[in-house]
Amino acid sequence: MTKVAPPLGLLAELSHRCPLQCVYCSNPLELVDRAAELGTDEWLRVFDQAAALGVVQLHLSGGEPLIRADLERFVRHARGLGMFTNLITSGVGLTAERAATLAAAGLNSVQLSVQGVDAAATVRVAKAPVFERKRRAAELIRQAGLPLSMNVVLHRLNLDRVGELIDLAAEWGADRLELANTQYYGWALRNRHQLLPTAAQVAAAEAVYRQKQAELAGRVELIWVVPDYHERFPKPCMGGWAATALTVAPDGVAYPCPVASVIETLDFPSVRTHSLEWIWYSAPAFTAYRGTSWMPDPCRSCDRRDLDFGGCRCQAYALTGDAGRTDPVCERSPDHGLVTAAVAGLTTRGATERSADDLIYRRYAEVSS
Amino acid sequence: MTAVIDIAARPRLVTKAMLRYDPVRESNLLLLPERVVRLNESSAAILARCDGSRTVKELIEALEQEYGTDGLAADVTAFLNAAREHGWVQA
Repeated sequence: MTKVAPPLGLLAELSHRCPLQCVYCSNPLELVDRAAELGTDEWLRVFDQAAALGVVQLHLSGGEPLIRADLERFVRHARGLGMFTNLITSGVGLTAERAATLAAAGLNSVQLSVQGVDAAATVRVAKAPVFERKRRAAELIRQAGLPLSMNVVLHRLNLDRVGELIDLAAEWGADRLELANTQYYGWALRNRHQLLPTAAQVAAAEAVYRQKQAELAGRVELIWVVPDYHERFPKPCMGGWAATALTVAPDGVAYPCPVASVIETLDFPSVRTHSLEWIWYSAPAFTAYRGTSWMPDPCRSCDRRDLDFGGCRCQAYALTGDAGRTDPVCERSPDHGLVTAAVAGLTTRGATERSADDLIYRRYAEVSS
Repeated sequence: MTAVIDIAARPRLVTKAMLRYDPVRESNLLLLPERVVRLNESSAAILARCDGSRTVKELIEALEQEYGTDGLAADVTAFLNAAREHGWVQA
């Protein structure tokens, strides 16, 4: 096995508290309580260790990171360590003062989430009347001189309006828009029957994206994150398990990716009891699926094993109960029928069904199953 | 957007980009919100001088003087064209 490279990025989930209740949220169903969150000094120590380990990009996320009053301090500290700092926010809670203090602290960029093209579409997905506040947040970010990128998670409820969503990002002054087709983890998996689009819907939206991409070239960079249920091969998730980045959850538990807490068969280490260096290089949960030696067939002998690394471990676990199996999205997976059945199930349900009655909204309070 | 950068343009790194030396990787890096680019020495030397204060022509002259050579114009402009295409510099 080749030498393990140090991580480039750290996703710091500062809090799971969030004013939005998005149906596609990738946070775990069991959200971390406020009382269990890392304190200011604990996070500062994590950033020190991350910088020493080789992390050069810090993504401050959540939940809603603006909920933390020590956010500016984190930005200033991380910049002092030479890290690039990126804020991933719903925009709710951003004021002119906050935008100015974040800019003064050295924040490098902001990624603002958008759920829909207007107030009604936003409420439908986020169960919170926040559309106008997002519009205002985009203004404040730009007025503070901060580079603005935007992201929208795409699914059956908003894919048909992808053109309007792209226009919105251009109008609000984003220089980049990530069109992220829903990946089915956490709350999104719970709502999969409502969120999964048909292949025809995806194809139509992708055609709009391509046309807009040409129109907006040089103004807004458009990124299309593929809807993997509709692909033949899995996504090269995170560039392989524990290969380039890591996540620290609000309670200090470290994961190779933001949704890995779904895997109950691994014992994920905490920054409260271990150094980030030990976690990255030695924690069994991080070494378990690193490289290619863990692979079963069909991955082990597959010509694509160094392209997609067997796909996503979290998806393999979520769908089969075994994180060591081939990602069922892959057409060569013995479990591929699980994915084709989910997609095929749409035709009987009717793709135009728009009832939101059985959408399950993310709840910060404890979840009953 | 023109295909070839003007020799009189004053290229500068885009606001969201950050250039730094990384002692862990012993390498110069260009940091952007969603990507990290590992730079070779000459790319780093060019980008470090893209601060909007000098023209492409002046930038080439400064590099030729510093490295005690000449004939860098073609390589530098080719790199700057690519860098602008990637969205790393504006001019």
